[in-house]
Amino acid sequence: MSTKTRQKPKTAPAQKGPSYDVERIRKDFPILKRKVHGKSLVYLDNAATTQKPLAVIEALDSYYRTTNSNIHRGLHLLSEEATAAYEAVREKARVFLNAGSTKEIIFTRGATEGINLVAATWGNANVRSGDEVLLTTMEHHSNIVPWQRLCEQKGAKLKVLPIDDKGELVLADLRTLLTDRTKLLALTHVSNALGTVNPIREIVKAAHAKGAKVLVDGAQAVPHATVDVRDLDCDFYVLSGHKLYGPTGIGVLYGKYDLLDAMPPYQGGGDMIASVTFERTLYKKPPHKFEAGTPAIAEVIGLGAALDYVGKVGLPAIASHEADLLRYGTKRLLEVPGLKLVGTASHKAGVLSFTLGDIHPHDIGTILDREGVAVRAGHHCAQPVMDRFGIPATTRASLGMYNTEAEIDALVKALRKVVEVFR
Amino acid sequence: MSDFSDLYQELILDHQRNPRNYGEIPGADHHADGFNPLCGDKIALDLKVDGKGLIEDIKFKGSGCAISKASASLMTTALKGKSSEEADRIFHQFHDMVMGKDGKGGTKAPDLGKLKVFAGVRDYPARVKCASLAWHTLEAALHDKRDVVSTDDGVEP
Repeated sequence: MSTKTRQKPKTAPAQKGPSYDVERIRKDFPILKRKVHGKSLVYLDNAATTQKPLAVIEALDSYYRTTNSNIHRGLHLLSEEATAAYEAVREKARVFLNAGSTKEIIFTRGATEGINLVAATWGNANVRSGDEVLLTTMEHHSNIVPWQRLCEQKGAKLKVLPIDDKGELVLADLRTLLTDRTKLLALTHVSNALGTVNPIREIVKAAHAKGAKVLVDGAQAVPHATVDVRDLDCDFYVLSGHKLYGPTGIGVLYGKYDLLDAMPPYQGGGDMIASVTFERTLYKKPPHKFEAGTPAIAEVIGLGAALDYVGKVGLPAIASHEADLLRYGTKRLLEVPGLKLVGTASHKAGVLSFTLGDIHPHDIGTILDREGVAVRAGHHCAQPVMDRFGIPATTRASLGMYNTEAEIDALVKALRKVVEVFR
Repeated sequence: MSDFSDLYQELILDHQRNPRNYGEIPGADHHADGFNPLCGDKIALDLKVDGKGLIEDIKFKGSGCAISKASASLMTTALKGKSSEEADRIFHQFHDMVMGKDGKGGTKAPDLGKLKVFAGVRDYPARVKCASLAWHTLEAALHDKRDVVSTDDGVEP
């Protein structure tokens, strides 16, 4: 997935080895033991959110039991410990993304807030009437709406890089769509609806050659492979903790320091100021300039536990396991009569999106649910993708590190039941 | 058949395969559009009400899941020849039935007839909106509400 493994695909599959013990990993996720409608839970909705390992649940619990305190203020021990634990996660996130400095790591509520932050600050300061913002057809609504609003406010133009029938970006169009007026290219690393992995480094290079900045939505990428923001050379990168086995309500925005430093603040409040008088307020430097108010301290600490956990299992091993499952799932799903995969890019991660004859995905979702299989049915907050394929919705099974071939088999069995009901 | 027969009854499957009263009414005197943003279900409903206030003709067009399509189709067959007051009453009985507010079995729903086939929906809370979309659209059409009916916009399911 990272551009490094793209350059040398031969090195990727060998890393899993016999040490990847999916049953042992499953034991770390308490929720996987539960029943739904009397059946064993088969959780295949990981692109919506992932389940949490015990380490994350315990980190939240332990924080509230032993350390709870406000950060960056108190002179007492609890505050010092909470501050240290909070800032330690900034370093973990820096390492996770291979950013150059913790000053480039801003905690947000999630990928959506990260994008909105960049639109409201960098966008507001840099995008003017007549400028252009380039998106792609496969963006999640969270990487469309903030830019649409910005362009409306500024009188700027929104342009869209199309996708082909396989769900891959039409890179040949990049040359004409990137112009001297393009201020920003905002695109996803991995499509949530199709699973397509985009060649970010190549695209960043093309955008930079035209003087445009690049924001990458990494929400669907970081759970599946190692990301190196310096290697990608993107200007901004956003992710959500809850899709990475961490808590909800916490995410990370990476930005190149010089850009962050020049950007106006996002929200005003405590913790982001150096001094306040009624005449004038002096702001802190990044990252604190962008973290007004008491942050989601427990969630940040929970995210730290998730990063540790993912690091311990190892992203290359996770990626390899999921690639095997994706291959197996693709083969098994195509055995179901009438099933058509939507999104068949040659480089894919973790997503099996499909239609099944003219059976509506919501009917499929209901029957699957009663069989214990949790999938997403709908437009996946990517209506332009559905429009591109001329369908109202798809059913989507999305993979995580704890999924198994037996769960794919359960999905296929449940789908055969759907076919039987609607025969 | 499988254990989903409580929801996907044969009558529902029949109406979703062969929807009745599908189309438009040229010169309709009532019209409304319904939309369920969650699943993308869409319905356009046309009505013709005669001089005595009876529903002379009713047709729908749209796309959606089996439940929403069958619900729209069965609704049109149930309402032809009914007055708008009767339609309102049936709507309320239907609503109470799918919401599970009528006691089990729809016993307090004397006017529902074939529509009782949707009683199973009450056990599938996520699907109540699918069954109700056509009916909310009907209410908008009969009472000449202008806005598109949306199941996710403050409309109780």
